[in-house]
Order: sequence, then structure tokens, then C-alpha cells
Amino acid sequence: MKHIISALVENKPGVLAHVAGMFAARGFNIDSLVVGRTEDPDLSRMTIVVIGDDRIVEQVRKQLARIVPVVKVQDFVGKPVVMRDLMLVSIAVLPEKRPEVFTLIEMFRGHVVDIGQKTIMVEVSGPETKIEAFIDVCRPYGIKSVARTGTIAMPRQGTGED
Amino acid sequence: MSSEPQAPASAAQAVATVKTGAQIVVDTLVDLGVDTMFGYQGGVVLPVFDRLYDAPIRFYIPRHEQGGCHMADAYARASGKVGVVIATSGPGACNLTTGLGTAMMDSVPLVAITGQVRTELIGNDAFQEADTTGITRPVTKYNSIVKDVKNLERTIREAFYIASTGRPGPVLIDLPVDVSFAKCACNGKAALDLPGYRIRTKGHARQISMAAEAINKAERPVLYVGGGVITANAAEELRLLAQKAHLPVTMTLLGLGSFDQRQPESLDMLGMHGSAYANYAVQECDLLIAIGARFDDRVTGKVATFAPHAKIVHIDIDPASISKNVRVDIPVVGDARHILVELAREVEYRERGPWFAKIAEWKKKHPFRYDKKAKTIKPQYVIDEICRQTNNAAVITTGVGQNQMWSAQFYKFIQPRQLISSGGLGTMGFGLPAAIGAQIARPEATVIDIDGDHSFNMTMTELATAVQYELPIKICILNNGYMGMVRQWQELFYNRRYSCVALKNPDYATVARALGAVGITVEKKEDVPKAITQMLAEKQPCVVDFRVEREENVLPMVPAGKSLSEMEGLAILESMA
Repeated sequence: MKHIISALVENKPGVLAHVAGMFAARGFNIDSLVVGRTEDPDLSRMTIVVIGDDRIVEQVRKQLARIVPVVKVQDFVGKPVVMRDLMLVSIAVLPEKRPEVFTLIEMFRGHVVDIGQKTIMVEVSGPETKIEAFIDVCRPYGIKSVARTGTIAMPRQGTGED
Repeated sequence: MSSEPQAPASAAQAVATVKTGAQIVVDTLVDLGVDTMFGYQGGVVLPVFDRLYDAPIRFYIPRHEQGGCHMADAYARASGKVGVVIATSGPGACNLTTGLGTAMMDSVPLVAITGQVRTELIGNDAFQEADTTGITRPVTKYNSIVKDVKNLERTIREAFYIASTGRPGPVLIDLPVDVSFAKCACNGKAALDLPGYRIRTKGHARQISMAAEAINKAERPVLYVGGGVITANAAEELRLLAQKAHLPVTMTLLGLGSFDQRQPESLDMLGMHGSAYANYAVQECDLLIAIGARFDDRVTGKVATFAPHAKIVHIDIDPASISKNVRVDIPVVGDARHILVELAREVEYRERGPWFAKIAEWKKKHPFRYDKKAKTIKPQYVIDEICRQTNNAAVITTGVGQNQMWSAQFYKFIQPRQLISSGGLGTMGFGLPAAIGAQIARPEATVIDIDGDHSFNMTMTELATAVQYELPIKICILNNGYMGMVRQWQELFYNRRYSCVALKNPDYATVARALGAVGITVEKKEDVPKAITQMLAEKQPCVVDFRVEREENVLPMVPAGKSLSEMEGLAILESMA
């Protein structure tokens, strides 16, 4: 099962290496790991997607919390959260095919960010399932390359778009 | 100056002086109470050593950084204080890693300071540069590099705090040489800044009550005690709990000494080479109370069949230890000493006659045994005799392997911090430097390294260190010419194919004399008691080379991956009765 673990860490050199090293040393699998700044310049947030049973993820959470510069660890499993992944995808599209591809992009609320002679680059964000679905519908045209950020997440306070 | 009684800020500012980084290191160490250090010189630590020249710190130079790290480790284990070791960059730092790993696995409070090349050279593959924080990250509780002298004092204070609190462990500070030279105003009062470091000391009251209730209900309880009880200085509290609730006590290798093994409630060590009675008791108990222990594979054997009838209580300061290897029913996170006191309040005395009768029966049938009638020197006999002549009161350090297991089986420990051994990492070569560190921590104690020939070979250069500092340590080499435990496994599991397991050893007594120590060789069984008496009387380092039975096995033995009840060698031991 996929768990999204959110760790608030001190914004210091070596913290990412410490976290990544712990995962490697203990044989935990990382599906994705995203690090970014927060509202506090001294803290960064790591969003780590881990695949494993509850017992493994419990160990991951405890081992993360043990790392000195890790300030707070939350496992979002079972909680309502907003999850987002951002993707840039380059698709092989000749000019005559552009209109039908643009329709698809619109359905996925993506943006065209670059148009070349034989390719277009699209920016899409959303939950992982949506990103995967967009890749699937674009596959028949030919996907040149994909760059994805990995998942970031935040717990919901109310309701809204998934 | 303010006349207010509490004006620390202004008072501190008044005494702020401009110092170099090297001076800050030494002044902060002294302020933290460090009076003993171990370490080795080198290019980028010169400024710090210059400041140590006239500092009120006793300094011990090993012959290899690994030895220095083990000395600091054993100094910490024997004294309960933080051990401090310093080494230069590159090879110096690399040589510390085995010692750091040893301390990490056994939760020993240690602070290591390593020199580093100048900050502007870092990453350029400079002379004697190594990525020390990268290399040591998995073998330290925490490490950091100080690139700004303004952070130096705080980082040192944080290192001591992290090393010595919670579940202790080694902390490394990497110090570029230009930071040692850099100057800054320092008031000696830097505050810690560790937002991510929290320790839970007090156990949860409801969890403690649940544990007490489980103890009060148990018909067949066993206390399973690890090194955490010694670290927490909780041996007396353990004794009171065991006495009040009437509980048998078994210990891990690192737990030995936490409970007087001469007491009838002691089940001695459990696990792979533990006593049959401890292993049977664990397999048949209805309640297992683990305190400061971590369900290591050498203790549990096959996890799926470990303590199959027991409810498990686990008391530990490290939340990550709970349910890591074995699913725990009642976890209590906190300091062992505090929890034991609270627990003792709520438990009641129960006779548990049938359970203790059963234990007594196992103890009678399966004590640790060896062939006392043998004509050769049995290694167990040497340890038995050392234990007898030292009245169970010596500090024992060990190598790793058979020598270590026989020490655990045949020396009966009565006090905490009496056995100093590399349990988790199993570092051969630990015994001699550990004896040096322990003797420095406890000058009045009789310190004996019970070692194997292969273990001793690994760090015997440190004998010169013991001679230089006139430390009256004793080294008993159980010399069988083999890497004994590996030979035992080859005998039992590899069809006696003794691959790469025998060495041509030097004459250790001659080596000892060449290095300035006393050397004794014992080849006959009848000479054993006399040699030990002479060794104990020596005021200089003394090496005794016991030429023991070459193919003796450590028994009983739970083969790796088997259940604790599947001990091998019980019939052989019974035949020696």
C-alpha cells in the first residue's frame, strides 16, 4: 500500500543525504521523494511516498523521527489529503494533429508550454492517477520524454476538488 | 553591570572573549567536564593539539585511530561518561569508522572530532581529504561539519547532549582547519538549537499500569534485560523489581552485570550461546518483559517461534526499537530507571512455585559445563579460574567469538559496567584497546582482556600504548591458533573444511616483552592457577598466552535461524557431568 509521509526537516546541508541513506540502509523502498522550502526559511518539507505494509511504514516513520534534524513526521494514510504531481511531457505531434491533442489537454486542464515543429510540451498537474491517465491517452501519438516532480501533499481542512 | 541576581545575558556578554576555533574546542570540552581524551595527531588537527598542549585534559595516544576510538568507547562504558576521540582528516577519520560503528550498535555515548581540509578545498580531492560526514553518517547518531566558527561552540555542546541523552550513541564533528584558525567572540554560553531532537524520559502511566497488571497476572514470567538497563544506571531498580515481584532474570551479552548472576533468580545469558535454562524459560514463559533490549537475532533465534506463549512487554527509550523485530503487546517508551521505579510500585509478590521449580530443574540438568577431567587446557577452565581468583569483581573486556561467548558463560558478573564487549557489531580486536580505556576510567579496578589469538592479532599494537601509560591491564589470550568461532561453524556446518581459519601466530610472550610488557606462556593445565595469580599481581601490562584445547566448541548452540529450544550440544554437555 502507498503511504504519503510528510517530514518537516531542518534546512541544513546533509539532511537529504541522511534521510536517503537511512532508506537505503534499512531497505525501505521510496516511490518518490520531494524536498522544498516552507513558509519558515529554517525548515524544509520532504514528501516521501513509500510502498509497504503498515508495519514497514511504521518503522519508516519511527526511523525518520529518530534522525536528529527531522523535526516532525506525519503519515497521511487514511486522512483526507490533497495530492499533486506536476509533469512536463513532450509529445510527438505534427501540426495537423494539434487540434485533437489540444482537446485532450483541455480535458486534463493542462497547458501547452512549448510548441516545436514536430513536438509540443505540456504541463499537467494533479493527483498521480490523473497524470498517469494523461500519459496513457498521449501514448498513441508518441511520448518523447517525461519529467515529473513526484507527489506533494497537504491534509484537507474541508472539501474540494480531488 | 546589572545588580539583578539573574542577568545571564549581560554577564555572559561581559566575559565574551575573542578566541580561535581551536581554543573554543578545548575550552568547551573542559567546560563540559572532559578531563580525558584519546586521539591521534595529523596535519589539519595541529591547531587543536596545540591548544591541548597545556589544557587540563589527560591525553592518550593510541597506535591507530581505531584503537583510540575503542579506548574512548570503553572509557565511556566503564565510567558512564562521554568518551572523546580526535583524529585527523582522510585516513584518520576513515580509521575511526570501525570504532564508531561499534559504539553505534551498542549505544555508547561518544564524541569524535575529526580535522578536515580547508573549507575552500572541500570537494576538490585535496590531500588527506575524505567525505567524513558522508562516510560516517550510517555509523553515528548524528554528525555535522562546522563551516563557520560562530557555530562551533554550539555544535560541540549539541554533540555532547545528543551523544549522552535518549538512546546514547556516537556523534561526530568535522572541523575544517581554517575554522580552527578562525576567530570569533565566544562567551562560553552557546545555547542548543535542536528543534528535531526530543527524548521521552517518563513512561506513559497507563502503559506502566498495564505492564504491572500483566506481571501480577503472570504464572511464568521472565525479565529479559539488555544493555539499556546498564546505560540507564538502573541495575538497583531492576533488582528491586525482580525481588518485589519475584521474577527470574535473563540477560543479553550487553545486559550482563545488570543483575547479580550469583542470585538464584539469575538465568544468565540467553540466545545463541545462552544457557539452556534461559532459552527454555523464554520459550515457555507466559510473559516476557524486555527492558533496554532490542530483540537482536542472536537473542531471538527464529523470530516466528520466539517466546511463542508469551505476552510481550517492551520497555525502551527508543520508540523505533518497539515492534521492530518482534510484535510487542505492551510497549513502554522511556528511561528504564524511571519506568522500573514506577513499575515496582504497582507489582505484587507472587510465589510462582511451579515455575521456579521448573527453572531449578533446568538449571540442575543443563548448567554451563566443560570437561574438567581433560588433560589439555580447556578455555572455559581458564575463565572459571580467573573468575574465582578475582572474586567476580574484575572488569572484563573481550575480543569477539569463542573467547567472548565463554567469558559470558563462565565469568559470573555481579555489577554493571563489569563486562565491556562489542555486542552488536562484533568487532574483533576490541578487547585490548577496550581494556586500556576501561583501566583509564577505573584506575583501581582489575581490568582483564579475555581475548582470542585472532582478535588480539588485530589490535595488538596497542600493547605499546598500555606500556607507555603504565596501565596494569591483563591480557589472557585463549590461543587455539584458529579463528575459533568460524572454525566451529566450519566443523558443524561446512563438513570440517577449515578454509582460511588458521594462522601462524607469533610467540605472544616474546612480543609482549619486546613491547615492554610482561609475557607469560602457559602450556600445561596445572600451571594455569599460578599464572593467573602472577598476572593479577603484576603492576605492568601483562600478557598470558594460554595454549588451549584447539578444537573446543562453545555449547550449547542455537544454529542461526533455528528456534531457541533447538539447542545443539546438550547431550555432549550432559556427558561431561
